[in-house]
Amino acid sequence: MTGWAMALFQRDLRLSVRVGGSALVGVLFFLAVVTVIPFGVGPDLNLLARIGPAILWIGALLATLLGLDRLFQADRDDGTLDLMLMAGRPLELVVLIKCLAHWTATGLPLVVAAPVLGIFLNLDPVSMAAVTATLLVGTPALTLIGAIGASLTVSLRRGGLLLAVLVVPLAIPVLIFGVSSADAAIRDPVPFLTPFLILCALSLIAAVVGPIASATALRFASD
Amino acid sequence: MAFWDYANPTRFLRFVQVVLPWLTGLCLLLFAVGLYMSFFVAPEDYQQGDTVRIMYIHVPAAWLCMMCYSVMTLSSIGTLVWKHPLADVSAKSAAPIGAAFTFMALVTGSLWGKPMWGTYWVWDARLTSVLVLFIMYLGLMTLWRTMEDPIKAGKAAAVLTLVGALNLPIIKFSVDWWNTLHQPASVMRFDGPTIHPDILWPLLVMAVAFTLMFFVLHLMAMRNEILRRRVRALRMRAASAAQPGPAGAAQPAE
Amino acid sequence: MDLGPHAGFILASYGLCLLTVLVLIAWVRLDKVAQEKALNDLADQGIKRARPEDGSTQVS
Repeated sequence: MTGWAMALFQRDLRLSVRVGGSALVGVLFFLAVVTVIPFGVGPDLNLLARIGPAILWIGALLATLLGLDRLFQADRDDGTLDLMLMAGRPLELVVLIKCLAHWTATGLPLVVAAPVLGIFLNLDPVSMAAVTATLLVGTPALTLIGAIGASLTVSLRRGGLLLAVLVVPLAIPVLIFGVSSADAAIRDPVPFLTPFLILCALSLIAAVVGPIASATALRFASD
Repeated sequence: MAFWDYANPTRFLRFVQVVLPWLTGLCLLLFAVGLYMSFFVAPEDYQQGDTVRIMYIHVPAAWLCMMCYSVMTLSSIGTLVWKHPLADVSAKSAAPIGAAFTFMALVTGSLWGKPMWGTYWVWDARLTSVLVLFIMYLGLMTLWRTMEDPIKAGKAAAVLTLVGALNLPIIKFSVDWWNTLHQPASVMRFDGPTIHPDILWPLLVMAVAFTLMFFVLHLMAMRNEILRRRVRALRMRAASAAQPGPAGAAQPAE
Repeated sequence: MDLGPHAGFILASYGLCLLTVLVLIAWVRLDKVAQEKALNDLADQGIKRARPEDGSTQVS
C-alpha cells in the first residue's frame, strides 16, 4: 500500500476509535438488538437456535446502518473532504480506503462479537463458525453499499434515517445470501459453498460499484 | 436529432401542448376497448374463474412499474452523461407515477391472491421483488424532497437510480433463490407461452392503454416540474434583486 | 354480468386502481393550477421571465 493510502487509513482508524469516535457504539447496539429479540419471540431455545443466524445478520445490518452517517459527514463538516477532493488522488480509492478503515473500526468488532452473542442464541459451534465466516465476508459489502447512501446524504443535516431507507433495499441480496449460507451449514438443503461464494461475489461487486458511485455522488455534492 | 430539439424547455412545452390531447384521446379509447374486452369478451379461466379479470390490470401495472424504472434509468444516464436539461425533470416526474403503478400492482396482486392462495400476502418471489421496488421508489421520492437545489437533487437521485438499476437484477435473482429455498414453487403461473388468445388480446390492449396513460401523466408532470423550476428561478431572482448586494448575479436557471 | 363468487375482490381491485389513477390525475392537475397561479402572481408583481415565450430571441 502506498504511503498516502496507509496514512489515510491510519488517520480514519484513529479518529473512529479514540474518544469522541463511535466505533464501539455499534457493537453495543448489536448486543442490545440481540438481547431484545428473545423478549419479543420468547426464550424458546430451539426457536432461537433456528432463527439465530438471521438475528445476528439483521443485528449486524442495523448496527452497520447506524454508524454509516458519520462516514463522510465529519470530514465534510471540517473541510477535510474538500481537501481530499482537491488532492488529486483518485477519489474512488480514497472512498475505498475510508470504507476499509470504517469497516475495521465498526464492522470487524461486530464479527468478533458474533460468536459471543451466538452463545446467547443457543447456536452450536458449527453454525457459530458459519455465521462468523459469513459476517466476515458480508459486512464489508454492507459498508461499501452504505457508502453510496452516506455520500448521497452527506449534505443533509439529518440524513441518517433517509440513508437507512435508501440502503436497505440494496442490502437485501447480501442479507439473503448471508443467512442462507449460515443456514446451509446446519441444515444442508444446498452445500455451504454455493451461497457463500455468491456472498463473496456480492462483496466484490460492492467493492467496485460502491466506491465508484459514492465518489461520483461526492463530486456532485461538492460543486 | 429530435432528442436534442426538445432540450429547450419552452419548445418542449409547446410540443406537449400539441401532443397531449391526441395521446389522452387515444388512451381513453384504448381503455374503453380494453375494459370492455376484459369484462365482456374475455372468458373465465377454467382454474381461476372470473378472478382472472384482475390480471387485466395487474399485469399491465406490473409491466409499467418496471418500464417506469427503465425510463428513470435512461433519464439518469441523460443527466449524468449527456447533461440533458430535461433528463432530471423526466426522472423526478416519473418517480411518483412509478410508485403509484407499483402500488397498484401490489394491491391487485394481493387481492388476486386472497381467493387464489387463501391469503392476501405470500412472500412469493415476484410480489417480494415488487415490494422492494416500491421501497426504492419511495426512497428516491424522499431523496428528491429532502434536497433544496433541484440540480443537486437531480444528480444525487440519478446516482441512486443507476445503482438501483444495477442492483435490481441482483435483488430479483437473490429473492428468487431465497424463495425456492423456503418454499417449493407451487404457485400457479400466469406467464408462459401457452396463453390463450382470448386472454392475450384484452391483456395487450390494456397494457398499451396503461403505457399511454403513463406517458400522458409523465408529460403533464414534466410540464408542472418545468413550471415549478421557473417559479423558483423567478423567486430567487426577485429575492437577489431586492437585496442591495450583488444584484442580478443569479441567473434564471430554468 | 356475473362475476362469480369473487366479485368483491375483482371490483375492489378495479376500484382501487381507479382511485389511484384519480389521485395521480388530481395531483397533476392541482400542481399545474398551483404553479400557474404562482407564475401569474409573480407576473403581477412585475417579475417576468427575461426571455419571451418563444425562447429564440434574447431580450434582457
